[in-house]
Amino acid sequence: MTYQAPYKDMQLLVAQAYQQQGLDALESLDGFDPELANAVMEEAAKFAAGVLAPLNSVGDMQGCRFQDGNVITPDGWQDAYQQFAESGWIGLALPEEFGGQGLPKYIAQPVNEMWLSANLAFVMFHALAQGGSEILLAFANESIQKRYLPKIVSGEWTVAMALTEPNAGSDLGALNTKAIPQQDGTYKIKGQKIYITYGDHDLTDNIAHLVLARTPDAPTGSRGISLFIVPKYRVSEDGSLGEFNDVHCTGIEHKMGLHGSPTCSISYGDQDDCVGELVGELNQGLMAMFVLMNEARLSCGLQGVALGELGYQRALEYAKERTQGTNSQGEKVAIVEHADVKRMLLEMRSETFALRALGYQIAAQIDATESAVDKTESNQIKKDRVALLTPIFKAFATERVNVMAGQVIQVFGGMGFVEETGVAQIMRDARITTIYEGTTGIQARDLMFRKVRGDQGKALTELLADITQLASSFESDQVFAAMAKETQQVVTKVTSLLDSHLLNSQGNTSSSDATSLHAVSVPFLEAMGILCCTWQLLNVLAYQQVQENTDESYMQNLRALAAFYGAYRLPSAMAALKVVENAGAGVSEYEF
Amino acid sequence: MKILVGVKRVIDYNVKVRVKADQSNVDLTNVKMAMNPFCEIAVEEAVRLKEAGVASEVIVMSVGTTQSQEQLRNAMALGADRAILVEAESDVEPLNVAKAFAAVVEKEQPGLVILGKQSIDSDNNQMGQMLAALTKRPQGTFASKLVIDGDKALVTREIDGGLRTIALTLPAIVTTDLRLNEPRYAKLPDIMKAKRKPLETLSLADLGVTSKAHCRIDKVEAPATRSAGIKVASVDELISKLKDEAKVI
Repeated sequence: MTYQAPYKDMQLLVAQAYQQQGLDALESLDGFDPELANAVMEEAAKFAAGVLAPLNSVGDMQGCRFQDGNVITPDGWQDAYQQFAESGWIGLALPEEFGGQGLPKYIAQPVNEMWLSANLAFVMFHALAQGGSEILLAFANESIQKRYLPKIVSGEWTVAMALTEPNAGSDLGALNTKAIPQQDGTYKIKGQKIYITYGDHDLTDNIAHLVLARTPDAPTGSRGISLFIVPKYRVSEDGSLGEFNDVHCTGIEHKMGLHGSPTCSISYGDQDDCVGELVGELNQGLMAMFVLMNEARLSCGLQGVALGELGYQRALEYAKERTQGTNSQGEKVAIVEHADVKRMLLEMRSETFALRALGYQIAAQIDATESAVDKTESNQIKKDRVALLTPIFKAFATERVNVMAGQVIQVFGGMGFVEETGVAQIMRDARITTIYEGTTGIQARDLMFRKVRGDQGKALTELLADITQLASSFESDQVFAAMAKETQQVVTKVTSLLDSHLLNSQGNTSSSDATSLHAVSVPFLEAMGILCCTWQLLNVLAYQQVQENTDESYMQNLRALAAFYGAYRLPSAMAALKVVENAGAGVSEYEF
Repeated sequence: MKILVGVKRVIDYNVKVRVKADQSNVDLTNVKMAMNPFCEIAVEEAVRLKEAGVASEVIVMSVGTTQSQEQLRNAMALGADRAILVEAESDVEPLNVAKAFAAVVEKEQPGLVILGKQSIDSDNNQMGQMLAALTKRPQGTFASKLVIDGDKALVTREIDGGLRTIALTLPAIVTTDLRLNEPRYAKLPDIMKAKRKPLETLSLADLGVTSKAHCRIDKVEAPATRSAGIKVASVDELISKLKDEAKVI
C-alpha cells in the first residue's frame, strides 16, 4: 500500500495548535475552524493517496528527460498537475483577491505535509508558487501583480526561483547575472543560473522566473542584488502571452534523488533579448529573498516530517508482514515483535510525531502574528519565537529524516537495499533536504549567531522558561517525573552555556571565540532539536489529558511514545551540550 | 427534475475493521469514517446528470448520527445542492431507513432516486429495493450505466453472465454498481462553498417514522484466519485430497 495520510495525528495536532495559539479568538479567522480543516484534510488525503502517491515511484524510476532543449516530465505528471491545479490546491493559502482560497497556514500545513509525503518530487512547484506569490504580494507593483498573480494562483503558470550561479551558492553576494536598464523602464537580463527547480518543464504554457541579478552600477556583494521577474514568454498588458523571451534551458542535472523534479540550468539573454521587470526596490533583492527563505525553510522542515512519516509507514507495514525469527515460546513471528525493530520504529514515530507537532504550532503561531489586532510587544515575542524555531525545525527535521531513512532500510534488511521495494528512494530523496534552502551548517549559524546572540538570548530564554514551566507540571507524575527532571536539567545546561559560551559576558567576542562557537553550532542545534521535540511531546500529553472524548488506547500509546522519547533520545541532548561546551576550540588545532 | 441521493456514513474502507471485545458489534470508536463508496458513485452520477442539464437539483440525504453531517457536506462539495439529515442512532435497519426515504420522496417528489446498491459496513443490499416497494416506483438495481431518455431511465444492470438494459418509467429508483462511474475529487473552492449550502436536520418522528427493530445481532466474529497451505507430491494426491478432505469434487 502506498502512503495514507496519518489523519488522526494530524487532526489532533491541528486542533491543538489552533486552540493553543488562540486562533479561535481571532475574528479574521472566523469560519476557518478545525471543522473546515478536517473537511479540507479529508479531501486532500484522498487526492494525495489516489493521485500523487502512485506516481512517486514512476517519477523516481523514469526521471525527467531533456530533449532538444525541452524538459519532459515523467509519465503522469501532466495529468496530475492539471488535476492538482483544477482542484484549486495551489491557491489554498493565497489571497482570494487573486483567485486563491485564503486559508490560514495552520490548515495549509497538514495539507502540504500530505503532498510532500505522497510525492515530494512532483509537488516542488507548489512551494514555489506559494513563496513566489508571497514575494510578488509584498514587493511587486500593481501591474505585475495583476498580470502574474491570477495565473500563478490558478496554476496556469508556474514560478521558478533563479538564485544560484556556478560561483554563487550559499554566498549569493558573489552572483553576477546582469540587468541592464532600458528606456521603457524594463531591464535586459543576461546570465547563467543553475539548480533551478522546475526552471523548465512541459506542465504549463509559461513560467515566471524570479531572477536575482545586478544592475551595472550596483554595489558589490549582497547589497547590490536586485530581483526581477522574467517570464519564459513575454506577458502583455492584458496578461496574454507574447513572444519567446530568450530564456533557454541548457540542461538538467542527473541527481541522487528527486528524479521527478527537473533541476535546470537556465541561460537568460543568449540573444540579448531577455526582458525582465524589477520587483521591489533596486538593490533590495535579498530582502525579498528573506521572505521566501523563511517560508522555504519551514516548508523544508515539513519535508523532513513528511518523508519521516512515509518511511515510518513503509517500515511498519513491512515489519508486520515479514516473519523472521521466533519469540520466547519458539513461535515464528513478524519482525515487529523483535524489540530492536520496535526500537527503530519508535524512534521514527516519536520524532516524526514531535516534529509534526512543532511544525503545526509554528504555522499556527504565524497565523496568530499575522492576524493579531494589536501589533504590540506580545506579538513581537511570538514573531521572535517563530524566528528562533525556524532554523531548528528546518535543520533538525531534515537531519533526522536522513537517519530515519537509513533506519527504514534497516527494517527492510536486504530488501531495503533492493530498489524494487522503493524505500531506497526515500533515502535518496531525503538527502537534499539538509542542503537546499540553507544547509544545516547555515541554519545552525543562523540559530547561534543571529537568533540567539543577535538578541542577547532573549527569545531563547523565553522558550526555555516555557519548557521549564511545562516540565514542572509533570514533576509529580509517576511515569514522567524523571523525564521532566531531565528536561529541566537540559534547560539548566543551556542556560549556563548561554552565560559561559553563547553570549560573551562583555559582548565583545574575539574572532577565535566566534570560530569555536561556529564549530559547535550544529551540536547546539541538535540539542535544541531534541529539547523541542521533548517539549512538544509533553505539551501534547498535557493538553490532551484535559480534553474530553479522547481515545484512551490512542492516548496510552502517545504516553508510551513520549516516555520512549524521554528515555531514548533526551539523553543525547545533554551529550550534544557537552560537545558545545568542550569541543569548539579543537577544530582550529588541526592543520588541513 | 430533482434527484434524491442517499449517503451513508460508514467505516473508511482503508481502516482495518476490528470486532469489539464483547463480540457485540464492530468497534467504531475513534476509527476514521467516510462516505460509503457506492454512495459516492450515486452522488457522482447525480451531479453528472445535473451538469448535463438533465437534473435541476441534487438533494443528498442521510439517516444517521449527527456526525453524518460531514459526509453530507462532502457530498455537497462534490456538487449536491442541499442536504437533509434525519438524525437517528447508528445502525438503523434498512426498512426504517427506507421508510424515512419514502417520506422524503413523498415530500420532495424527486424524478429519480439514486442510491448505492449496498453499504460496505453491513452489506445488506436491501434499502433500494425496499424503497421501490414502499413508493411503488420502478427499480433498476446494480446499474453500470444510466441514460435518461425523456420520461424513461435506461438502466444497464450487471447480472450473472452479462449486462441487461431495462427501461424504467420515471419517477424511478436506481442503485449503483461499482462500474457506473469514477467519482471525482472535490475541488477546494467547492469544499469551502459546501459549508454554506443548506443542510436541514429532521428526526424520524418528523417524518412519521417509528424505528422498529426486526432483527437482533447475537454475535459478531472476525473471519477465521487462513491456515497455511500444503504441498502435494502428485496430481493423484491432489485429487484425492480435493475429494476426501475438501469434498469439493
